[in-house]
Amino acid sequence: MIFGRLTLESFPLHEPILLVTFAAVVLGGIVVVGALTYFRVWGYLWREWFTSVDHKKIGIMYMVLGLVMLLRGFADAIMMRLQQAMAFNGSEGYLTAHHYDQVFTAHGVIMIFFVAMPMVTGLMNFVVPLQIGARDVSFPFLNNFSFWMTTAGAVLVMMSLFVGEFARTGWLAYPPLSGIGYSPDVGVDYYIWALQVAGIGTLLSGINLVCTIVKMRAPGMTMMKMPVFTWTSLCTNVLIVAAFPVLTAVLALLSLDRYAGTNFFTNDFGGSPMMYVNLIWIWGHPEVYILILPAFGIFSEVTSTFSGKRLFGYTSMVYATVVITILSYLVWLHHFFTMGSGASVNSFFGITTMIISIPTGAKIFNWLFTMYRGRIRFELPMMWTLAFMLTFTVGGMTGVLLAVPPADFVLHNSLFLVAHFHNVIIGGVLFGLFAGIVYWWPKAFGFKLDPFWGKLSFWFWVVGFWFAFMPLYILGLMGVTRRMRVFDDPSLQIWFVIAGFGAFLILLGIVSFLVQIGVSVLRRDKLRETTGDPWDGRTLEWATSSPPPAYNFAFTPVIHDNDAWSDMKRRGYQRPLDGYRPIHMPSNTPTGIILAGLSMAVAFGLIWYMWWLAALGFVALLVVAIAHTFNYHRDFHIPVEEVVRTEAERTRLLAGAGA
Amino acid sequence: MTTADIAARHDAETANAETVFYLKDEHDHPEGSSTALGFWIYLMSDCLIFAVLFAIYGVLGANYAAGPSPKDLFELPLVALNTTMLLLSSITYGFAMLTMEKGRVAATQIWLAVTGLFGLAFLSIELYEFHHLIEIGATPQRSAFLSAFFTLVGTHGLHVTFGTVWLVTLMVQVAKHGLIAANRRRLMCLSMFWHFLDVVWIGVFTFVYLTGMLR
Amino acid sequence: MSSEAHGDHGGHGDHAQAHGSFRGYLTGFLLSVVLTAIPFWLVMNNVLDNKQATAIVIMAFAVVQIVVHMVFFLHMNGRSEGGWTMLALIFTIILVVIALTGSLWVMYHLNANMMPGHDMSQMQ
Repeated sequence: MIFGRLTLESFPLHEPILLVTFAAVVLGGIVVVGALTYFRVWGYLWREWFTSVDHKKIGIMYMVLGLVMLLRGFADAIMMRLQQAMAFNGSEGYLTAHHYDQVFTAHGVIMIFFVAMPMVTGLMNFVVPLQIGARDVSFPFLNNFSFWMTTAGAVLVMMSLFVGEFARTGWLAYPPLSGIGYSPDVGVDYYIWALQVAGIGTLLSGINLVCTIVKMRAPGMTMMKMPVFTWTSLCTNVLIVAAFPVLTAVLALLSLDRYAGTNFFTNDFGGSPMMYVNLIWIWGHPEVYILILPAFGIFSEVTSTFSGKRLFGYTSMVYATVVITILSYLVWLHHFFTMGSGASVNSFFGITTMIISIPTGAKIFNWLFTMYRGRIRFELPMMWTLAFMLTFTVGGMTGVLLAVPPADFVLHNSLFLVAHFHNVIIGGVLFGLFAGIVYWWPKAFGFKLDPFWGKLSFWFWVVGFWFAFMPLYILGLMGVTRRMRVFDDPSLQIWFVIAGFGAFLILLGIVSFLVQIGVSVLRRDKLRETTGDPWDGRTLEWATSSPPPAYNFAFTPVIHDNDAWSDMKRRGYQRPLDGYRPIHMPSNTPTGIILAGLSMAVAFGLIWYMWWLAALGFVALLVVAIAHTFNYHRDFHIPVEEVVRTEAERTRLLAGAGA
Repeated sequence: MTTADIAARHDAETANAETVFYLKDEHDHPEGSSTALGFWIYLMSDCLIFAVLFAIYGVLGANYAAGPSPKDLFELPLVALNTTMLLLSSITYGFAMLTMEKGRVAATQIWLAVTGLFGLAFLSIELYEFHHLIEIGATPQRSAFLSAFFTLVGTHGLHVTFGTVWLVTLMVQVAKHGLIAANRRRLMCLSMFWHFLDVVWIGVFTFVYLTGMLR
Repeated sequence: MSSEAHGDHGGHGDHAQAHGSFRGYLTGFLLSVVLTAIPFWLVMNNVLDNKQATAIVIMAFAVVQIVVHMVFFLHMNGRSEGGWTMLALIFTIILVVIALTGSLWVMYHLNANMMPGHDMSQMQ
């Protein structure tokens, strides 16, 4: 059996929506591939990007991945909004149940794992080494490998659109629905293997960044002199290292149930589906803090920079972050109060959940006090931050509502919950990512983003968000459950139409964002930023040029105070103009992309029961990995002439800027 | 002018500067200075995988589904033998590290080989046990207890298997390049891995086998 | 300028990588032999005649033996890597305890509440 269970039937030729999408993707793909070939950039991409171990390039690639997947995830979102706005008064809407269930599953999985995670990881990858004055991460090769594993996972999810189908189980694939009995198709297998492959990448990048922050800080940067974004990144990566193994293990057990017929989460032979729910939320709750903590870091940097002040309560900010890190491990049961563990268990987890809002509240006050009496510049990053503070606080408070077990018994599984977590994820993580993108874009590319289209995008997003999700709170309070495809009660329709309108505004927001990037690239000469410090920044990443040279800093900086760059500027730091030395750097390698490609082949083989492919891929994986360890020469020196040339260019730019 | 000259001149010029904002005279970062910590953090994450498997065994370990229970299945003398193999492999790996410290390639290789053999012995005994259980119908599919048992013990066994593959790889690399810094670092990582598996095994024989017999 | 951060960062020399001594390994080995043998003996010969007490005692032996392995084989101490390995270990132990006891607690209460009177070992 060469093709396992893959037959012609597996291709969704009968689904017109998918066929049109497929045609569009193929056409778009041909255009992109054609253009890349025509402009002969394949070699450049391969040498300078795909095989690169430079944390900045890997960070940017993560962002591109996240952005591409955002478009897919949002397409799913708007499809759901349309379906729910239509399916009243006997109308079935335009999506079949089979298709609709895949859409809401894919939306959740993609938005969390392949939009939020890559973007958060991307920003951390790009910014953290610069902020701590390092030249790269601790394990540059692993960094490249992690990125490609994440991408391989994303590719698997995308593949399920046209080859077979995706899970119809909701984004956490609870058994017994996700067991082989109720989901015999490839959907859940796509889900499992996409997350397993991407999860390895996430875990390794977590280890990598923890090590980087612990070991590679510039001299003088003690823990309590680290920028807040670095602190939140450290905590996030600690959480990644501590939480993702749990996900890996749980999904492995689920796959054993599906592939080997074991009885972990089955209904018979002593299995317990509830144990799956318990275990996956031990990962799932830290996961939401993995996403939000870096956003908190971004807001801290932005608030302090654009208020022209040191962050208020740095120490309390750090402690709040650490407390959240630990507490995030003690609240998982609030995701299933209704499962029936009883009053004592529920009250324990209800209380821990409420306690977590204290450090979070402390953070909000710290930002407010940072702004107080500051000279606030209302540029885009600051606008996103303000929108975050207003929106996220509402989301946080509905979260505290849900933390009360009796209230949760009413609101569980309703649209109120859906509104709540979108409120914190969009209002927190996404706004944070946008603030971060606008804030660090000039650092990454050497020109600012166009403010007009940025503001347009901002207003569409913020207004669109409120239109899209406030109706869901109301509907949830009225008892409407999530994941519904058709509705009986016609009086509800107006709310879904309003929510659909909100989604449309968000669409305009996304389009404006893309236009913003396009316009900025076209007008890059006008938006050019030559100082390396466009916002009067306070942390080390603004001390080097924009974009930074491959080696980040010609000389490793020495830190004396928090907000190191601000301190250096105040004390009259003079940029060294000579005395350069060759710089020791890691070499590029294609091993990461090869290993990830093989992992994808193994996953594909397992999904479709092509055992030969899985076995072959696994052996190849082992061989390539071992062969890689026989390569002892993984570094080189950037010759001093090149450093001199690069730095001379920067001197010229700085002189031009001053003139 | 050489780089050293430039640096020397630069040093002289800025010697009186009050505050230093950058390192003028920087050495290459020794490769792999983060490896020990990074590998330790990996082990901690692996520890959490085992924690999940222990939790599963703790919750489902008594769900026999009217099938065989630990008392019907476990043979403690065999487990004791297996534990001995693993313990012996731990001390021999320790000796390998000691001889490595002294830079004695041949002795290191011998101790590594002995460790590998103990590892193989452990795996053979485990495979024999699994084979025997499956033969008498106590398969992983029989009950949640057996699913959890096979998965927990099997995952540990898989780790030992990978450890053995890694050990062989390292022996080849030591043979090829000697006890250079990179190889010593790798041997140190494998040592942590190997001893870590030993620690997990303490949990397995106590929590699975011994307390299983008490039920 | 010399700070704790730089101490870690340069990684000059073979700091903190004490590989133990012959005596250390041997002590560890002998201790673990004893600490392994006693629990096996307790269970195989049914020495204590009280299952719960036996379980508690062998768990205690396991904890001690894990510490022995950590100290003598893994060379854990508060100094290596500037204390970060120890910190990571403590954090992990806390999380393992939370995940293990939490799961057991949650699932025990679930079974007690939702399936009272069922003998889980006989559930088909």
